[in-house]
Amino acid sequence: MPHVLFYFFSFLTVATAVGVVVNKNAVNAALCLLLSLVGVAGLFALLDAYLLAALLVLVYAGAVVALFLFIVMLLDTQGGTRKPFKRLTAVASTVGLALLVTGLATLVSRTQFATVAVPTAAGQAPVGAVLKHYAEMLFTTYLLPVQVVGFLLLIAMLGVIVLSRKHAVPEETK
Amino acid sequence: MNAGLSEYLVLSGLLFALGFFGVLLRKNTLVIYMCLELMLVASTLALVAFSRFNGALDGHVFVFFILTVAAAEVAVGLAIIVALFRKRQTVMVDELNHLKN
Repeated sequence: MPHVLFYFFSFLTVATAVGVVVNKNAVNAALCLLLSLVGVAGLFALLDAYLLAALLVLVYAGAVVALFLFIVMLLDTQGGTRKPFKRLTAVASTVGLALLVTGLATLVSRTQFATVAVPTAAGQAPVGAVLKHYAEMLFTTYLLPVQVVGFLLLIAMLGVIVLSRKHAVPEETK
Repeated sequence: MNAGLSEYLVLSGLLFALGFFGVLLRKNTLVIYMCLELMLVASTLALVAFSRFNGALDGHVFVFFILTVAAAEVAVGLAIIVALFRKRQTVMVDELNHLKN
């Protein structure tokens, strides 16, 4: 059964990612991104990272995609359509995609990975499924990064306020 | 029988490549930004898969930090795009060529 779910979620993720790339309308692209993120959250749940799946849905699918939709609708620059791609751009980006896919495929196929999950002790939940482990790591080993990330969020908030402030640009500076 | 590590890595690589393709192909700054987010999520998927198949929690914690930084990054990036639009009245990258000459 997890196998079926893996293929379902991976198909959903990849198909909607293609939708993000080729969609004419930026609003539709944002909604495809939302579906793609939901697929990734399902894959996280299959990997026993339930907290991260919930966080991904809340932070990405909730906040980030909503912000994207808000900005797309705020700017609404071209009536939702796009010009057809230039031939040079299409060829160059396809070559770039092919190079990257070849490199990644070679890397994955040449490397020997363990094919089975590390067996957990009998009656013990997998390591990502227990919230207590997260708390232990975040407040002991990774205490300093937690503080730094909190500070980073504060700085980002201040930066956004400064950036989006309408300042009267003095004309004589030009 | 669950999917193995290499399946997850192939999927993550595919997702990353699709995001990269979008960044190269599209002209709208907002869609380019969405494709960047797709690449970031693909890398977090690889991290979670590695972490799961090694039985360690460090990758999960790393993804936790990546999610936080990505949220901050999106807020700042979209504010920059809005400021750019206010100044130039466009978000198409081929019209934003004021550094050219």
